Amino acid sequence: MSKISSSTVPVVLIRPRSGWQLIDFQSLKAYRDLFLLLVLRDIKVLYAQTIMGFAWAILQPLIQIAIFSVIFGKVAQVSTDGIPYLLFSTVAILPWTYISQTVAQSSESLVRDQNMLGKIYFPRLIFPLTPVLAKLVDFGISMLILLVVLVVYRVPPSWNLLFFPVFVLAMMALSAGAGLWLSAMAIRYRDVKHAMPFVIRMLVYSAPIVYSASSISEPYRSFYALNPLVGIIEGFRSCLLGTPMPWADVMPGLLISLLLLVSGALYFQRMEKIFVDVI
Amino acid sequence: MDLNKNAIVVKGLGKCYRIGQKEQISESLAGSLVHFIRSPLHNYRKYRSLYQFSAADKQQDTGAEDILWALQDVSFVIPRGEVVGVIGRNGAGKSTLLKIISRITDPTSGYAEIRGRVSSLLEVGTGFHPELTGRENVYLNGTILGMTRKEVQSKFDEIVDFSGVEKFIDTPAKRYSSGMKVRLAFSVAAHLEPEILIIDEVLAVGDAEFQQKCLGKMQNVSESGRTVLFVSHNMGAINQLCSTSLLLEAGRLVAQGESRGIVEQYLESIFHLSEDLDLRNTTQRSGDGRLRFTAAYLQSASGKRCLMPIAGEPLEIVLEYESQQILPRVKFLLTIFNHMGVAVTHCTVDCAGQTFMVEPGAGRTICRIDRLPVPLGEYKVSIVAVDDWGELDSIPTACVFRVETSHFFRHQFIPPMRYSTALVDHSWTNEALNSHFDRVERKMAMGETGALAG
Repeated sequence: MSKISSSTVPVVLIRPRSGWQLIDFQSLKAYRDLFLLLVLRDIKVLYAQTIMGFAWAILQPLIQIAIFSVIFGKVAQVSTDGIPYLLFSTVAILPWTYISQTVAQSSESLVRDQNMLGKIYFPRLIFPLTPVLAKLVDFGISMLILLVVLVVYRVPPSWNLLFFPVFVLAMMALSAGAGLWLSAMAIRYRDVKHAMPFVIRMLVYSAPIVYSASSISEPYRSFYALNPLVGIIEGFRSCLLGTPMPWADVMPGLLISLLLLVSGALYFQRMEKIFVDVI
Repeated sequence: MDLNKNAIVVKGLGKCYRIGQKEQISESLAGSLVHFIRSPLHNYRKYRSLYQFSAADKQQDTGAEDILWALQDVSFVIPRGEVVGVIGRNGAGKSTLLKIISRITDPTSGYAEIRGRVSSLLEVGTGFHPELTGRENVYLNGTILGMTRKEVQSKFDEIVDFSGVEKFIDTPAKRYSSGMKVRLAFSVAAHLEPEILIIDEVLAVGDAEFQQKCLGKMQNVSESGRTVLFVSHNMGAINQLCSTSLLLEAGRLVAQGESRGIVEQYLESIFHLSEDLDLRNTTQRSGDGRLRFTAAYLQSASGKRCLMPIAGEPLEIVLEYESQQILPRVKFLLTIFNHMGVAVTHCTVDCAGQTFMVEPGAGRTICRIDRLPVPLGEYKVSIVAVDDWGELDSIPTACVFRVETSHFFRHQFIPPMRYSTALVDHSWTNEALNSHFDRVERKMAMGETGALAG
């Protein structure tokens, strides 16, 4: 489907598509108002008819932090390179909460809105990308926890904080990439829906969230760093706590996140044309 | 400039689907176990292959068995500003055509060139979210249908006015009645101003009053010089709104032209598909058999058979019969029953003070109704022939028909079924009663009666 702009009216040529398509940024731009409104919808609807409202954005990670601090910090006494456990887990759980929730929502976005999918045209990319932006609100609110913890432990801001936006972007890229892959797969194979909750629970232990990356010894360490979650979580930790930036973990993480985003977008575009037919 | 004259150019458009393959069923326990173990692989192949077509599959006539061509080699051109009806039976490919033109699904072959901004209304209220307020839903739905936020903003008051839900505009949509939801959704849709509008059967929504409003709005749209593609089963609406029509049959375009002719062709094709009730051999009858009905059918004023007469138009009910002897004073009677089994009307030659003389052999009698006065629905006709000696023949269900379209009242307004079994010609007048003079006079009149009563 290509768009050729003529002098007055837009002309759209509809014909069978095959193979790989480049991302059609033009039509994404044309539908930016809709994208924005869908993001707002997700934000408004999420805590509708709840007593706690946006407090849930704080409560959820808070409870997880508390549980992890008790089990892994106090009971199991996991090594944290000398960082107080509460501090150690807080900086990791906040991005992890964002990533896990965004990927879960994004992966089911097409199936959830299949009714819209079959009735109206707009760039399908909007569906999985909506949670990536909408969930930033939760992430922002949950930053309050971090602020309190940092103040309580009197952690001074360091120059590493300059990298913070980089890791936020990487976190979004990773979530978007995974969301694009999974949503495009989920509409063809509903297995994704059944696997997601379980896989996400497993993934917590694949990244240095409850334990320190330094506890993984060298021959395995390079493989370990191929998991983009490792680089991103370690990066957040270093930014916020001012510990030295572990570039050997971070660089592969950033690269793989980017790769996942680009490949996800390409795969999504390739599959896009059959979405409606397989609902 | 010449190129811009056409809004839609469609060439060789085709769409095929692979309909589900047969499931294997194993009979033995061991067989089921093997099947169960192998099923993930089997399923994977199945779901993977669903939308992959080989070159051989695309050979339109020789393709594999499980391939269904929902649309095949459709070509047409729609000039800018034309309002075009798309008609055809269920499964003829109407919806598939609209889905391809509105970019919802990709064609398998051919192409369509669309010149201008398209809004498609394949359903009202797409994307309505129950937790959002009416206001938020108007914005969301408007942008989903292709408006920008600014456009929605500039039309917001109009939209809300038209819907008649002003009071509840800041209430979450889940508290709306279903009628309110539909009205709000439709008024968003009604205020779209694209160059090309694609509509599928949206007129069937809302209460009668609102339907009236919508038809008016549609009329405006069709007069405003926009290109409209309109799918409907309401042949009256097609005739009234669309200058030309496309007729689809089993995925192919069979005719394109002026709506009136196309609609007639369509109604005729429907007739050919359903068989007459065979009255010669039916056992569901009584009477002494001196006369036997052989056929009963409907025809339009022009003498064409029809199964779907239009309310408000002339209709002839034809009864064919055979008789063994001369019957000097025969009366024919027929009763039209609606789907509830209520007798809507009874027509007899008695009403005209007539009796007929029947010769031996075949003959027919025609009952003509000048303006068919029934609301939309399904009807059956029972027929009886009697003479002075008794009942000759009587068949409780001699023919059935369906009314899908009404011209009985102007603007095609159709009273809802639950309030009417028959349509009645009527007119209204209205006058003011509260002029000063009237009031004085009425007071005096009241005073007088009061005094009398006192």
